[in-house]
Amino acid sequence: MPKSIEELQLIAQRVRRDIIEMIYEAKSGHPGGSLSAVEILVQLYFDYLKIDPKNPKWPDRDRFILSKGHAAPVLYSVMAEVGYPDTPKDQLNTLRKYGSVFQGHPDMRFIPSLEASTGSLGEGLSLGIGMGLGARLDGRPPRIYVMLGDGEIQEGQIWEAAMSGAFLKVDNVVAIVDYNGIQLDGFVKDIMEVAPLADKWRAFGWHTIEIDGHDFHAIRAALQEAEGTKGKPTCMVAHTVKGKGVSFMENNPKFHGMAPNKDEYQLAMKELS
Amino acid sequence: MPTNAKFELKPGPATREAFGRTLVELGRENKDVVVVDADLSKSTMTTYFAKEFPDRFFSCGIAEANMVGVGAGLAMMGKIPFVASFSVFAVNKGFEQMRIGAAYGRSNLKVVGTHSGISIGEDGPSQMSVEEIALACSLAGFVVMAPADGASTKALVRAAAAYYGPVFIRTGRPKALTVYGADQKFEIGKAIEVMEGKDVTIIASGLLVAQAILAAEALETDGISARVIDMHTVKPLDRDAISRAAAETRAIVVAEEHLVDGGLGVKVAQVVTETHPCAMEFVGIHDRYAESGQPEELLEKYGLVARDVAAAARKVLARKR
Repeated sequence: MPKSIEELQLIAQRVRRDIIEMIYEAKSGHPGGSLSAVEILVQLYFDYLKIDPKNPKWPDRDRFILSKGHAAPVLYSVMAEVGYPDTPKDQLNTLRKYGSVFQGHPDMRFIPSLEASTGSLGEGLSLGIGMGLGARLDGRPPRIYVMLGDGEIQEGQIWEAAMSGAFLKVDNVVAIVDYNGIQLDGFVKDIMEVAPLADKWRAFGWHTIEIDGHDFHAIRAALQEAEGTKGKPTCMVAHTVKGKGVSFMENNPKFHGMAPNKDEYQLAMKELS
Repeated sequence: MPTNAKFELKPGPATREAFGRTLVELGRENKDVVVVDADLSKSTMTTYFAKEFPDRFFSCGIAEANMVGVGAGLAMMGKIPFVASFSVFAVNKGFEQMRIGAAYGRSNLKVVGTHSGISIGEDGPSQMSVEEIALACSLAGFVVMAPADGASTKALVRAAAAYYGPVFIRTGRPKALTVYGADQKFEIGKAIEVMEGKDVTIIASGLLVAQAILAAEALETDGISARVIDMHTVKPLDRDAISRAAAETRAIVVAEEHLVDGGLGVKVAQVVTETHPCAMEFVGIHDRYAESGQPEELLEKYGLVARDVAAAARKVLARKR
């Protein structure tokens, strides 16, 4: 059942608190790129994906692949919140710890409900295209959503996949670029510029939609537009803010891959209360 | 048990040809068999499959990393994907995707490399794969096979399709000498003792199986009884066959068209040291790249013919205790 914007906003706030708490407890992890993707994942898992968390292997389910696997905390939190049996909410704070199902990067051996094990950047879109081809061969309804990082798309394999997605006309595949402008070593424009991003995807033959990646209305409209687009895959270029929701993490390269210390943790939780 | 008279070793189909033909049979039997290729279908022989099943054949262009990833994605949807290219491109350029998508992700992906070894010939070292057995065997959970001839390729490709899990199969460009009759049974992980022998054992894979047979025949004229084992499955190794050979013949030669570093030989040696340590010799490529030439010329120059296998057997016998 579709959720109201207010409901989605409340969930997003809880997910942000989860992310900060998990990474604080783990003493390592990637807060920035988890926080930037919150609205997109909340919209997908709570409102858009055809999934049945109680029956995670339902064959006709939609698939979501977090190709930027380092944003695992946002995915874990959302999956726990939505109620998958293998992502227990009361264990989220075991993230990255020995024996936890919440591995540093998504790992299907520990969480079978995941659609792919990721973390080595650049690989998820190829997997998604293969999944899209498989669903199409069987004449089945699943749609495949692959979230990419903007730094991640510096990987050559992404563009191999982009070419093949358009060539093979996998219109059941949607790439979502979390365009937050920051990667580990700094600002994307200083490490390896990816702009003009939407032009690149268009040139590669993808139906391309630019949106504000924190605007639930815009995300939903883009997902619907993608679903109505036939004969070519869709790329959603989602303009986002790295570290969104925590003032001192926003647009701060330091928090790409660093856990908050105690003071920062308390401040962040206060801001998110 | 076979006798020498049984081996006519006539030129038969290339193992890549047998692979291509078998794919078509599999395609007819199972609609879930699909193929992903990277602009080499006329060489990998997946072109037969593409002609008969165009809807189940996906061209990825010259982009092996994506080819392997797309194959893994198809596997995740319940398909039985065969991705194929020259071994050197499929494995070396698709290695990380084999690792994440197939090994770590434990998907039902079948990677088939053609034009393996130096017997590709005229194209030269940039196209020659002499490392891929080492690479593929380093991927946890992968089955790795290197069949000797057309019949064994056909049987092992079929076995790979029937098996759930990631598989790499190594095939070659030139016509392969026929080792087996159509009635020979093959099982993943079960070596075949193609010749009995008690003085020395030659363990071989791929094209070297036929050379090992020729070597054993030559040794026999000198009164040396050589056992020949076709280790068509490099991983998982048939430990029983190896330890039995080590215990019974106490001298082992391993022969392969691959770098000695990381190849079948060192894997056999590990089992020998763990079970019945004995003298060993290794026939393979020793830390160098080959060159252009006819396959026969190259195999001769780089020490991969029967003469070299026989010489290694005599050498190991001299060290045998």
